[in-house]
Amino acid sequence: MFKIIGYVIKDLLRNRWTLFYLLFYLLVGFSILMFSGDFSKSMVSFLQIILILTPLIGTLFGVMYYYNSRDFIELLLAQPIRRRDVFVGQWLGVSLSLGTSLIVGLGIPFLWYFAQYEVAGDQFILLLLLGFALGAIFTGLSMAVSVSTDNKIRGFGYALVLWLLMAVVYDGFLLLALIAFRDYPLEKFALVATVFNPIDLARITILLKLDISALMGYTGAVFREFLGSTAGMLTSMTILLLWMILPFFLITFIARKRDF
Amino acid sequence: MVKFIEVNKRFGRLQVLKDVSIDVEEGIKTAILGPNGSGKTTLIKTLLGMVIPDSGDVIFKGESVLGKYKYRREIVYMPQIALFPQNLTVKELLELIPKLRKQEAKYDDLVDRFGVNEFMHKKMNALSGGMRQKVNLVLAFMFDVPLVILDEPTNGLDPVAVLELKKLLYEEEKKGRTIMFTSHIMDFVQQMADRIVFLLEGVVNFEGTVSEILTETGTSNLEEAVASLIIQNQNQKAYV
Repeated sequence: MFKIIGYVIKDLLRNRWTLFYLLFYLLVGFSILMFSGDFSKSMVSFLQIILILTPLIGTLFGVMYYYNSRDFIELLLAQPIRRRDVFVGQWLGVSLSLGTSLIVGLGIPFLWYFAQYEVAGDQFILLLLLGFALGAIFTGLSMAVSVSTDNKIRGFGYALVLWLLMAVVYDGFLLLALIAFRDYPLEKFALVATVFNPIDLARITILLKLDISALMGYTGAVFREFLGSTAGMLTSMTILLLWMILPFFLITFIARKRDF
Repeated sequence: MVKFIEVNKRFGRLQVLKDVSIDVEEGIKTAILGPNGSGKTTLIKTLLGMVIPDSGDVIFKGESVLGKYKYRREIVYMPQIALFPQNLTVKELLELIPKLRKQEAKYDDLVDRFGVNEFMHKKMNALSGGMRQKVNLVLAFMFDVPLVILDEPTNGLDPVAVLELKKLLYEEEKKGRTIMFTSHIMDFVQQMADRIVFLLEGVVNFEGTVSEILTETGTSNLEEAVASLIIQNQNQKAYV
């Protein structure tokens, strides 16, 4: 498995994708910190990047890399390598590459800012960790989707719909449900509903940390009310960790039954 | 060495393998023949664990291969279409596969024989079909394993390389290796195969030696024999 992870990382470096992605984050990181002026405003901008863009890039990379390396996967499957290791190795390789680009690309501007003003070191670290987690989760989910269908277009479609659901539609539906049933006690429903969306979980975690109530939304407020800021954060992070393990089982399960 | 026991496989509506039972004997060259879409590649892939049979079993050296992977240390497979990461050079590829298999490989001699040394440092996507096939052959024979499976090994090869391949196959057989191969070139099969398995629409239509197939069909060469088996089958169908 480690050899496959290593190969994927090398392959992505060679394709310069990792580098391109890293430069993109460097550019975005520095421009936000330099030009937005207000610290909390730049925090919100970073939040949007971590919550929306990282999962999207993870999704696109997961699908693209899988279909591009279909031939190589077949070659690997004919070798004395466990099926699970072939697919999970690919997932981890892509996730680690993307994650490293993110952490280095945004980490450098963060360090630069921190060296000047000595603020918010822990918030930066949390942002990077959440970005890493979301990237890995969505790369994994999109790979699981790709493994389940040979049709590239369909694979792309399903993976994007999944991202759209989690990143955009989910909140809308949750809000609608909350309005429709506002006469009932909905705290627990909202709490449970959040667990099923890693993007929501990440949002709540960072907002609890930042303590920006205005942005917290209903579910965030419920989290704080029920668990308090620290316990709420720990809970949401634990559930996120579980989300990170999910693709492992999903990919293993789907790949086990597929023919190549 | 390899036993397929009542293997069935269906892709959607299409039944690709129907109760296929075959014994592949150790130390000889067995050809799997059949028209396009008769299930040859699917059959090979069930042995490799790439296609999972709906029912039946595949036995390698006395043990079922289903759900296992370590047995593949003893099998090398050369696919019909060269499946390589396109941005690797030939040399990098020849070094990568042994690492992934955790097995030693000797390719210096093979690289010379097939003239691959002339493009060792070219990337795979810069090679022609024939050149890739030669790399494919080097990959197939560079490991010291008991079973080698070749899917259409002559595809795209020039006559010199085909000759070299024939020599190599004889040498490998002398070393005691078992070889399974598919081919559409009947001359090649007639010269090389010790045994023939003929698949037709996913069913084993004939199994035996070249001389047996000739006697049974009353023909003088393999091409005619195979054609006659196909026509026989069509007539039977028309009759039914």
